[in-house]
Amino acid sequence: MFKFILSKIILLIPTFLGITLAAFLFVRLLPGDPVTILSGERGISPERRAEMIAQLGLDKPVIVQYFTYLKNILQGDFGQSISTHRPVVEEFFERLPATMELAFFAILIAVLIGVPAGIIAAVKRGRWPDHVLMGSALTGYSMPIFWWGLLLIMLFSTTLGWTPVSGRLDIINYYFDPVTGFMTVDAWLSGQEGAVTSALHHLILPSVVLSTIPMAVIARQTRSAMLEVLGEDYIRTAYAKGLPTWRVIGIHALRNAMITVVTVIGLQVGTLMAGAVLTETIFSWPGVGKWMIDAISHRDYPAVQGGLLFISMLVMLVNLIVDLMYGWINPRVRDGK
Amino acid sequence: MSSLLSVRNLSVAFPTQNGWFQAVEGIHLEVNAGDILAIVGESGSGKSVAMMAVMNLLPPTARITCDELKIDDHDLLAMPAKQRRKLNGGTVAMIFQEPMSSLNPCFTVGYQIDESIRIHLGGSKKERTERVLHLLEIVGIPDPKRRYQAYPHQMSGGMSQRAMIAMALAANPKLLIADEPTTALDVTVQAQILELLLKLQQTQGMGLILITHDMGVVAETAQQVVVQYAGQQVEKQPVFGLFNQPHHPYTAALLDALPERAPAGDFLPTIHGIVPGQKDRPTGCLFSPRCTHAQALCHEQQPALVRHSEQWLRCHFPLNLTEVRHHG
Repeated sequence: MFKFILSKIILLIPTFLGITLAAFLFVRLLPGDPVTILSGERGISPERRAEMIAQLGLDKPVIVQYFTYLKNILQGDFGQSISTHRPVVEEFFERLPATMELAFFAILIAVLIGVPAGIIAAVKRGRWPDHVLMGSALTGYSMPIFWWGLLLIMLFSTTLGWTPVSGRLDIINYYFDPVTGFMTVDAWLSGQEGAVTSALHHLILPSVVLSTIPMAVIARQTRSAMLEVLGEDYIRTAYAKGLPTWRVIGIHALRNAMITVVTVIGLQVGTLMAGAVLTETIFSWPGVGKWMIDAISHRDYPAVQGGLLFISMLVMLVNLIVDLMYGWINPRVRDGK
Repeated sequence: MSSLLSVRNLSVAFPTQNGWFQAVEGIHLEVNAGDILAIVGESGSGKSVAMMAVMNLLPPTARITCDELKIDDHDLLAMPAKQRRKLNGGTVAMIFQEPMSSLNPCFTVGYQIDESIRIHLGGSKKERTERVLHLLEIVGIPDPKRRYQAYPHQMSGGMSQRAMIAMALAANPKLLIADEPTTALDVTVQAQILELLLKLQQTQGMGLILITHDMGVVAETAQQVVVQYAGQQVEKQPVFGLFNQPHHPYTAALLDALPERAPAGDFLPTIHGIVPGQKDRPTGCLFSPRCTHAQALCHEQQPALVRHSEQWLRCHFPLNLTEVRHHG
């Protein structure tokens, strides 16, 4: 098991280096540069401009810039945001809990609805529940997130008035200092009556929007994994043993189907992060997605690079955890087979 | 005493692109406690399908018809599926051809045997664990305590089949159906598994249905033999009679093809042609295109399955019968 984990971690190193390079090049490929944006509409003198460029180290050859950046990263220095002059690490991790809270609830909703939907579709294969569920999944999967988010806001916030349009908490009635950064947890810790409800109230719509695509993917994958497993010999054995249907499907089949589904769930974390950028923008959710959008529009090179790097590391970390869980779910992997 | 398993006129059909495919047609079986019945036939002759119909293991699309289906005085035809399921594992158990894929790879062997006990017999965790260890021991799995924790992929084919047998025996079934239990195993292991099955059948006093295509196994083990051809039951006889005086030309041809019976130094006798498929089923007797004894009537009219005292037979012109009867 230790060797298994170690080999997975060693594999992360080249991936990490690749990401630093990709992030570095990607921001520089964007048209425009931070100095132009900093200097505003009226512009500045060429001398001042050259000075600022030199200050940011952008006058050096790109390859030198990259290795300087890499050297700094290895020393734990991810640079300062050009627009706020604060360390990128601080800026990022300040906002990360908001995104994680959103992503956590989104994946929770996606799994809690997607997996049962996939199971039902597989068991009722070819009959109307299958068609309805898989049709909905395809619709959900194909829908652009920002459009879907706006539709839900129009319905639930504007027309019905059930949910707030934006933000994480009703700040007129509640205030407490962040402890964990997770609004629901902080609200609970604050002990203020109704605060948790308010936090959940704000969380529900963005979570649903963000969960839509992963939910559709999970439902479809669960269905196909279940269909494959339900045709296996050991399912026949389970029926021959006289087990009730729920046990055969919910335990014997599902456990095997989960091997593929868990991998898919892990892969959805990347999708979630991409979706978070859009969802946070629509709902003015103060997380890393919205922060990244701002950083990109300011051509804030260190912030964008740092953000991309941290998000990729997060995705890799989650996938590592998924790989470890895989070994736990699938006994055949444990022996290194 | 009424019989343990009684099947009258069992037929199974599956829907296909080209209409219904008749996988099993008109099977009559009877097994008493302590009996060993062998069902022989080529691949695709409906042996397994018939038994899976008895166990209600076929997909819901299968069309199963039957005049009588009783296990241990339970009328299965009058029972809802849920109740029928409860007989599985408890009253009648089944083991399969592929032991490796018949065990769930995600659970330990011990867990899977324990599950059977929990469903049918109940008892505390400790009692059940003891029973699992006892079962592993009687099926000849060495070091049961360690094997309890083993996953199927850590066991050989022979060990897996032993574990399957332990699982089948978990709730003391009265009838055990073994569907080609040795086919997927090593030759050396085959004999051991068969021996184990017979030993357990005797000590537990179970009825045993052995599905096989190995005539040697039939001769050594069975009391009654059913011969299946293209989904139809063509003959049923006590084992001695079947080997000495086969009545159906198909049975006779099968026996002639046994290496130990064939004349030495020559090519082995074979049965010409192949089993008819869904589209080329003959109008008359299904075996008639390959039968060396076939006459005009055989090509025109299907013979019915008729009873001759202890024997069942589906042939217009049976062999080795003093009195030849025609049925139409």
